[in-house]
Amino acid sequence: MNVVKRLIAKILWLGIVLLGITLLSFWIINLAPGSPTDMQTTLSPTAGAEARERLEKIYGLDQPIHIQYMNWVKRVAMLDFGQSLSGDHRPVWDKIKERLPLTLSLNIISLVLILGISIPIGIFSALYQGGWFDRSMTIFVFIGFAMPSFWLALLLMMTFGILWPVFPISGVTSLDFEYLSLWGKVADLARHLTLPVFVFTITGLAGMSRFMRTSMLEVLRQDYILTARAKGLPVRVVVFKHALRNALMPVITILGLSVPTLIGGSVIVESIFSLPGLGQLFYHSVLARDYPLIMGNLVLVSVLTLSGNLLADLCYALADPRIRLGAGR
Amino acid sequence: MLYRFLLKIFSSRYILLSLGLFIVGTMSLVAIFAPFIAPFDPTQINVEAILHPPSATHFLGTDNLGRDVFSRLVYGARVSLWVGFVAVGISLVIGILLGLIAGYFGKLVDEVIMRFVDVMLCFPSFFLILAVIAFLEPSLTNIMIVIGLTSWMGVARLVRAETLSLREREFVHAARLGGAGTWRLLLVHILPNAMPPVLVSATLGVAAAILTESALSFLGLGVQPPTPSWGNILMEGKDVMGIAYWLSIFPGLSILITVLGYNLLGESVRDLLDPRLKQN
Repeated sequence: MNVVKRLIAKILWLGIVLLGITLLSFWIINLAPGSPTDMQTTLSPTAGAEARERLEKIYGLDQPIHIQYMNWVKRVAMLDFGQSLSGDHRPVWDKIKERLPLTLSLNIISLVLILGISIPIGIFSALYQGGWFDRSMTIFVFIGFAMPSFWLALLLMMTFGILWPVFPISGVTSLDFEYLSLWGKVADLARHLTLPVFVFTITGLAGMSRFMRTSMLEVLRQDYILTARAKGLPVRVVVFKHALRNALMPVITILGLSVPTLIGGSVIVESIFSLPGLGQLFYHSVLARDYPLIMGNLVLVSVLTLSGNLLADLCYALADPRIRLGAGR
Repeated sequence: MLYRFLLKIFSSRYILLSLGLFIVGTMSLVAIFAPFIAPFDPTQINVEAILHPPSATHFLGTDNLGRDVFSRLVYGARVSLWVGFVAVGISLVIGILLGLIAGYFGKLVDEVIMRFVDVMLCFPSFFLILAVIAFLEPSLTNIMIVIGLTSWMGVARLVRAETLSLREREFVHAARLGGAGTWRLLLVHILPNAMPPVLVSATLGVAAAILTESALSFLGLGVQPPTPSWGNILMEGKDVMGIAYWLSIFPGLSILITVLGYNLLGESVRDLLDPRLKQN
């Protein structure tokens, strides 16, 4: 019962946050000078003020800002983000929809890898605090924190694309993709996604393993761990049952918070490796000042982030018996 | 033998601290004295030296317009550090003000400010920065402002937490009884005592701002050519990656080392300030 109540409250709160986010971005973007009609009017020698007015009317840009926002929110509620201002004039939602799967799968694969690698690293670093493994991981973490993801991508492209060409460095599929067998297709996709996923994983790994280590150290210091050891339980049981379960709780929270960073990273990784995902779409829409597309992207990314948040909170509630069984906090 | 030696070096927290100080100090000196260090004008085009590999005249080679890469990196340090400092300055002002107000007044004011912080934290800030930069025309000033405006949340949380505990302390009560006004109380009595953790987070903030700036410049939405920045040198080098490795290696290394320096400094000071870590 408590879980459901908590979930409802959380969803309500997230709705408010979402509204705040759209309001904020709408306001900021409209503060900026320059108008999407500039390309066709001010910068075009054949168009005059009249053409500008007509275009602004078509796109609703002549309305006061709060009306523009209200109209926009109304349409967004029905998944109608309007049409892209770019040459093809396709609905924003269609453009986003076709690029969503790639970005989502990239992020999810990377997230699974990050967790699968960083949790064991964190555990062993904490168990053997100050040992050679812990020390080398500390160095790795410091370098990982300081490594610009786009530079790592460049280095990988130079090494595995040019010096020793084992991986393709752009796109998701080869030219002959259509003619490959099913397994050939899978292998081809995997080969194309190896480097991007590697970049994602390395950049996320540093923070997460550090966090896991701190969390584990914190738990190992608790009295109940001492009690468990003192009553004669083997180390294995104490570590993996008593300590790990408690140490994972803060990791769930940080997972929800790390979603924005991960998605933000897809702009860089997808642009570098020419992957047709959401990040690349956003980058191009920013360069083209495509208002509806930018707003659609911002909203979608915020929804993704908030869903990640919600999911993390739900996991937290299910994992914590104090909340699950309704004892309250 | 070597293993024991390495162990000894990394077992001392002060080594990391001094390494961080050394990197930060050197980079600051390079940035300040750039005109005396750089052997060439960073924007001087030389058609006779296009894409020369590293040599005695050009330590780190030349780029596709024949400009000296070493000189461009030296001037690039100026840009990176300047962006880092100003952006962090902006985030400190906003974060400290909001944190003090939220922590001191509490109740509804606190609730509203902290919820706003939550909203900002949920926002994929890199998306926001990109969007705003593109609309504002990419320029040095705009980058600094936008990075500052999207990175104050951590500071606000820290200052709020410190203020919450400090406002009940005796010296604050004493100051209030002595007739100090609210702002005097906040700025003269509470703030200085809340500063140590804030300075640590500011140091780490400089590192983060440098990373963001270089990523923006790499995407062509940051510092605009011909002004050299580590990010835009990498962008220009990307197209000739196969034939001119030096354009892709050295700017990235500069970013890595500088960011590492600030992180080392920040983290070691944080550890030194943390009483819980002292027992180990």
